[in-house]
Amino acid sequence: MEYVALTVGFIVIMAGLWAIMTRKNIIRIIIGFSIFDTGLHIVMVALAYVKGRTAPILDNTVALDDAVNLIVDPVPQALVLTAIVIGLGVTALMLIFAMKLHREKKTLDIRSFKDLKW
Amino acid sequence: MKNIFIIIIIAAFGVMLYPLFEDFSGNDELSELASFYAQKENVEKVNSANLVTAVVVTYRGLDTLGEVTILFLAAAIIAFSLRKHSVERDLRRNSEIFKTASKVLIPIIMMVGVYIFMNGHLSPGGGFQGGAVLASAVILMLLAFPNIPFNSKLFAYTESISGLVFVGLAAIGALIGSGYLDNAILPLGTFGELLSAGAIPVIYSFVGLKVGAELSNILNEFQSVQSDN
Repeated sequence: MEYVALTVGFIVIMAGLWAIMTRKNIIRIIIGFSIFDTGLHIVMVALAYVKGRTAPILDNTVALDDAVNLIVDPVPQALVLTAIVIGLGVTALMLIFAMKLHREKKTLDIRSFKDLKW
Repeated sequence: MKNIFIIIIIAAFGVMLYPLFEDFSGNDELSELASFYAQKENVEKVNSANLVTAVVVTYRGLDTLGEVTILFLAAAIIAFSLRKHSVERDLRRNSEIFKTASKVLIPIIMMVGVYIFMNGHLSPGGGFQGGAVLASAVILMLLAFPNIPFNSKLFAYTESISGLVFVGLAAIGALIGSGYLDNAILPLGTFGELLSAGAIPVIYSFVGLKVGAELSNILNEFQSVQSDN
């Protein structure tokens, strides 16, 4: 059961990579990056899973005294929280670049940007 | 030909990921660090019911400061590189249903956002999530009333003041507490109540305000440079 999230994460990562490499529209490439990001987050959270345990929030069902034996690892979850916010900032910046490129050439097709291509 | 290359690259990436999958056998117990965080005496030192929040705001609070800085940097670069050019846009009129519904929904969404960041130390959620919900209310506002005067100064001031309060509270922890970002500078309160966990709810509320204001400013920036071509 613990393999499901990991496998899904890897599939999502590869789907993102495929989108980045095959799409021609810059906006779609940016969406590919976001999908790649999401896959990485799924993998990170899946790696922190501990068999048969629950979320690291202490309340009536998770007693304070026995928390060590009842919860999953909170550290990667905190890490993923950070990663999501960074991903948002990166996506916003990529969209700005896409807009600047569109102003330059009036198109979003990646094939028409050959200035740095060898 | 090109497609074959792409397939080969993706397959190679899959092969690269496979050992990680192979070695993974599921954890049976917490890592050493996580069990340190989950021990009773350490939980009582922070007194936050949500351990993820305890890690984000207190133990790894410096990372959160860096994260907020990166978000600020992204917002600053966006504001810097988008020059406003006021084009009169010919907008289709929004339907009456949409306008009325958003008038009802915007305050409720804002309330949910505030709830999420104020209860970050008790339930799933926190400053970043609450801030994103606040920004989604602003998106709805910008879509429903595109010509509404958007006071970006107010948002900029909210954001700067929240950031300063965050850094200031963290520094007070270094002065009178046991270290930078120590949350015991305010009374720890009863475990599991709204006013508990010392400075965590205060810090997280200001992080929520900061993130919400920042994202709203980014959205307004994007909206103001839209044109019809």
